[in-house]
Amino acid sequence: MRPGPGALGRLNIVTAQPPTGLSRELIALRAARELERGSVVNLGIGLPTLVAGFVKPADDILFQAENGILGYSGISDSEFDSDLINAGGQPVDLVPGASFFDTADSFTMIRGGHIDAAILGGLQVSARGDLANWFVPARGGGSVGGAMDLAVGARKLIIAMAHVTRDGEPRIVEECDYPLTAERCVDVIITDLAVIDVRDGGLSLRETAPGISPEEVAEWTGAGLLIPDDVAEMSL
Amino acid sequence: MDVLVFESADSAVADVVDGSVVLVGGFVSAGTPSNLILALKRGGQTGLTAVANNIGLGDLLDELCEERQLAKVIATFAIRASGTRSSRFEAQYRAGEVELELAPQGTLIERLRAGGAGLGGVLTKTGLGTMMAEGKQVLELDGEDWLLERPLRGDVALLKAWRGDRQGNLQYRLAGLNFNPVMATAADLVIAEVEEIVEAGEIPPELVGTPGIYVHRLVQCDPVPVRWDG
Repeated sequence: MRPGPGALGRLNIVTAQPPTGLSRELIALRAARELERGSVVNLGIGLPTLVAGFVKPADDILFQAENGILGYSGISDSEFDSDLINAGGQPVDLVPGASFFDTADSFTMIRGGHIDAAILGGLQVSARGDLANWFVPARGGGSVGGAMDLAVGARKLIIAMAHVTRDGEPRIVEECDYPLTAERCVDVIITDLAVIDVRDGGLSLRETAPGISPEEVAEWTGAGLLIPDDVAEMSL
Repeated sequence: MDVLVFESADSAVADVVDGSVVLVGGFVSAGTPSNLILALKRGGQTGLTAVANNIGLGDLLDELCEERQLAKVIATFAIRASGTRSSRFEAQYRAGEVELELAPQGTLIERLRAGGAGLGGVLTKTGLGTMMAEGKQVLELDGEDWLLERPLRGDVALLKAWRGDRQGNLQYRLAGLNFNPVMATAADLVIAEVEEIVEAGEIPPELVGTPGIYVHRLVQCDPVPVRWDG
């Protein structure tokens, strides 16, 4: 394993600016590519909701919304119906074969292992795949929604987020200092700079964004990062 | 047995007493009993504990903060991650004037289900190793850890359905079910606002979402338009 400089490396580049990576839309597009054909997928609030716009009918993806919908296609342009929204309160269109159910059924799907993949936003992810995404210490109080259940119950957990904070601090860290959503739950991290797998309790770089080097990814990652010889550039 | 049909939302909630635990169905705009919430606001009851999916996301539950009617809120969404918009609830929470108990959505619904189903609690993996486990019992069974979550019941439940019949059977519309069917089972007094009251038999039995034995009061109301304000 060739570890990145991690938190110590950050001390040397404290005045540097992070490189410009993918837009939010392109992060969502890359996250959509991560979904297997025919899978049942839950999208978290924020950036992950954009993913629905990047799947094709041929992908045969069934989106679940934890407020009680299985089978919506994306954000709707038609007249707002207050009873037809996703978990982010946005109006949605249904696909043929869609169904409605109550919250108990919805979390039976989520906790019970019936959801193939969830794509959630993140505040921090640790080297062993701990996730923090519901509580900003500076704001307090928090909003957890279905995040803890999805982190525990989805068969594959994909985190889509910016690689660093607005202040240039890495979001991928050895240990989360924000309160956790769940321990050891993240499988894949997709950011504006890279695709990183969490495997065997460590981080492994799989792809870099166009124009970004593996060394730059390591520099802006606050945890040890394995850089295999076959790191690819994302195809978008 | 016929359900009691009330002439107005105000009369349906008039005898809710101060200090009640009130379950409020709905998910942001869907299946939310906004007429009953506004009736509680006009009724002026205080010291209430509200149990709901969300508060302060453009929903009308936040209106109960205007005259400080809420002592405590048990919810899954309460404080926005971004500070650009703030609710009345958030301001009162920061001032220490109202208590917040945040719960994972899947845990909140199962606590209510246990409360309505005569069960002593729920064992879940959700929340293990997080702040949600603080002060709660962790049970080890066959070498696996489980978090014990206790049942939750209300004195009153406020529900929204599409149609209700004179026996209290409720039919929901689209994604309007969410918390409503489970909350219907978990309170001593269950009040439902519906868009239309029909005779028994008009709702096909297989489309009844909440059987009438859970429902005590019905009131017909035109829905209040609500939309998440982002």
